[in-house]
Amino acid sequence: MSDRSRSERRTAWLLCAPAVTVMLLVTGYPIVYAFILSLQRYDLRFPAQKKFVGFANYSDVLTSHTWWTDVFNTVVITVFSVGLELLLGMCIALVMHRAIFGRGLVRTSVLIPYGIVTVVAAFAWLYAFQKTSGFVPSLLGLSQDPFASRSGSFLVIILTEVWKTTPFMALLLLAGLALVPDELHEAAKIDGATVWQRFWRITIPLMRPAILVALLFRTLDAFRVFDTVFIQTGGANKTETVSILGYHELITRLNIGEGSAISVLIFICVILIAVVFVKGFGASTAQQRGEA
Amino acid sequence: MSHAPRDRVKWLIAISVVVLYALIPVLWMISLSLKKSSTIGTDTSFFPSDPTLDNYSALFKSGSDFSRALVNSFGIAAIATLIAIVLAAMAAYALARLQFAGKALILSGSLAIAMFPPISIVGSLFNVWRNVGLFDTWPGLIIPYMTFSLPLAIYTLSAFYREIPWELEQAAQVDGATPFQAFTKVILPLAAPGTFTAAILVFIFAWNDFLFANTLTSTANARTVPATLAFFTGASQFDQPIAAIAAAAVVVTVPIIVVVLIFQRRIVAGLTAGAVKG
Repeated sequence: MSDRSRSERRTAWLLCAPAVTVMLLVTGYPIVYAFILSLQRYDLRFPAQKKFVGFANYSDVLTSHTWWTDVFNTVVITVFSVGLELLLGMCIALVMHRAIFGRGLVRTSVLIPYGIVTVVAAFAWLYAFQKTSGFVPSLLGLSQDPFASRSGSFLVIILTEVWKTTPFMALLLLAGLALVPDELHEAAKIDGATVWQRFWRITIPLMRPAILVALLFRTLDAFRVFDTVFIQTGGANKTETVSILGYHELITRLNIGEGSAISVLIFICVILIAVVFVKGFGASTAQQRGEA
Repeated sequence: MSHAPRDRVKWLIAISVVVLYALIPVLWMISLSLKKSSTIGTDTSFFPSDPTLDNYSALFKSGSDFSRALVNSFGIAAIATLIAIVLAAMAAYALARLQFAGKALILSGSLAIAMFPPISIVGSLFNVWRNVGLFDTWPGLIIPYMTFSLPLAIYTLSAFYREIPWELEQAAQVDGATPFQAFTKVILPLAAPGTFTAAILVFIFAWNDFLFANTLTSTANARTVPATLAFFTGASQFDQPIAAIAAAAVVVTVPIIVVVLIFQRRIVAGLTAGAVKG
């Protein structure tokens, strides 16, 4: 028996080794290297001045106004888009779950935004809201181009993100809804509970794990927002996010040292968000899967 | 079961709202691509007044980077998908079927890597790729695509493989099949649909990537469609070639929509399999 389990373990590791090795190489190595680069003054325009500077890049970034403005912008986009997605996603999930006909049609339609390339979605919304080309300003009677102001730019960015990613949220929530037994609703109905009471007292508590997982996935994803902002404003009008800042520092200004410090800080932010969700709210994907 | 007409109307409205929500931006892109490029900028109506296919023929005329970008996008996404699926299928088979320590670690590790912010490794890759000659090449994009395609594939495949009734393999052997026959004739047909679904999801992810494609390429040599769209230039640098971008956007969207429509059931199963299990 132990011989068998030993050989089973060996086979398992042999089968997993290639995938695990590749994952460690493509993510572990670059992130360690990014950390090493972040400790150096390293600007590709002045390569001769390359030298070790310790945490100087971090103190530069963390004391700069730009970094904190961009963190704020990223948080605004994340909070509003994920919040709206949860609300809309829940509505769509309920439609898919309860509709007496047309469920297939709804499912098919919501997969379209999911499948569309983010850059394409960003262009579609940009051209729809931009005053010179779009139908939205005249439809709503706007006197000003939405992209002329910070709030207008934020609004379009958030709407684009919401449109593109709500389907994913809705499908995760739908899977959670399927776990709520109908009998509970029937019993509560007999006891005189209203639809609203049943939703808040039965559906939501039972769906809590599914909601938390969906929120965790989407929050981490939204925090990395890059494509939509890059296409629609490029960070203009004070809509720059942390990923855009990292991009400009690394690729546009070729300041590898400081850009890497920003990259590492974003990585730390993402870990912090995940820890808050998992430890703070008890989000667990393993529990959902009946393992752990 | 019969429903009151009032209920039917209520659901009809709810369903129409959802369908319109999903379709309007797509219809808008199509209508924009059919407008004459000279009228864009003045004509802001939803529907084109004088539809034309000129934008599409301009897109594919010789010397345009777009056809090349389509080839790059397709080739890079397909190769990345193939590598990820082969490596992940081996790992997922072990995760679903064999007992060994470290199983939970591999699953949670791949989930963590899936949540990894790509911007964090862009700088390192940019720096290394320029020195080792991978900058602006296909492998230069395929390698970083492993960061998201492998975890996604491992997670989805292990969820699917866990559902396979593996006892059938033994049953087939009891009935006289060789181990090879049992695997190829019984297990493979059961594993194929899930594997195919995971491949579609990985392909969509790779096809969608913009950050790596934007930072690790510089010419038509390896630039994929999303990056090419972002750097399309008009007559002057202040003039965005809206009609051309709209036509290109429609061209890259149509295949994805067709795939999504054909395989919708599987995609839904694949998207939710990894996250929430019933």
